[in-house]
Amino acid sequence: MAGEIPNLAESNLRALVVDDNLVNQMMHHKLLDRLGIQNDVVCNGQEAVDVHCSGRNYDLILMDMEMPIMNGIQATKRLREMGIESKIAGVTTRAEEEERKEFMEAGLNDFQEKPLTISKLVSILHNLDFCDQT
Amino acid sequence: MDTLVAQLQRQFRDYTISLYHQGFLDDQFTELKKLQDECSPDFVAEVVSLFFEDCEKLIGNMARALDQTGNVDFNLVGSSVHQLKGSSSSVGAKRVKGLCVTFKECCDSQNFEGCVRCLQQVDIEYKSLKAKLQDLFSLEQQIVQAGGRIPQVDI
Repeated sequence: MAGEIPNLAESNLRALVVDDNLVNQMMHHKLLDRLGIQNDVVCNGQEAVDVHCSGRNYDLILMDMEMPIMNGIQATKRLREMGIESKIAGVTTRAEEEERKEFMEAGLNDFQEKPLTISKLVSILHNLDFCDQT
Repeated sequence: MDTLVAQLQRQFRDYTISLYHQGFLDDQFTELKKLQDECSPDFVAEVVSLFFEDCEKLIGNMARALDQTGNVDFNLVGSSVHQLKGSSSSVGAKRVKGLCVTFKECCDSQNFEGCVRCLQQVDIEYKSLKAKLQDLFSLEQQIVQAGGRIPQVDI
């Protein structure tokens, strides 16, 4: 990736990682950390909904698609029904057109194919107007 | 004559390159290394360790599911394969990821023999990668202990 890694610490952004895979949780948490974005991690869509019901709010949600208990599509729909206006970026290995369309239509603002990298995360942040593309 | 540090650094460089060229690792491992910094100097080792624990757990799940002779839940096996594909993709474990693609196809077509073969291969591959990465990390430690810096390796 050309250029510096942007540091968004001063923006005071808060993000939520929603993924049932421990390796991905660790990666996505670190990716956000590296860009200066404070973040929490939950294991599935239900926990994502619960954390919002408890009063927490986030600027950005990185939502995996396939998760137990409540998947990313269900969780995204539920959050939008609750009036949550956070930017939600779907991140999944499932990139077939139909599945992507269904995920987007659930209420996503952006979509990236896993595995996530610094470049892909910066692209999400740029697409969702959190930073300028470097 | 090369110093010990120079020898170790060359060994490290050559070994790293070989892991990529032989298909054990791909670009995602390079991405993983970019995330390691002074705040988390052991990040790569920690993620990789978590990955191998994940491998063990998921392979165990798959083996138990395939052991239900005549009553195999291929969806259950496929679900574990999907998880393993995700983890292996995230750490750059190229061979393991590739095997998971084949394995998933066997699950989708309910090919029992194919699944058993894939399971055996995945087990061999992750253990092979684990040994190789342990050697790589050991070389890193030797370089640092000898007073040297771990070289950046461009693939």
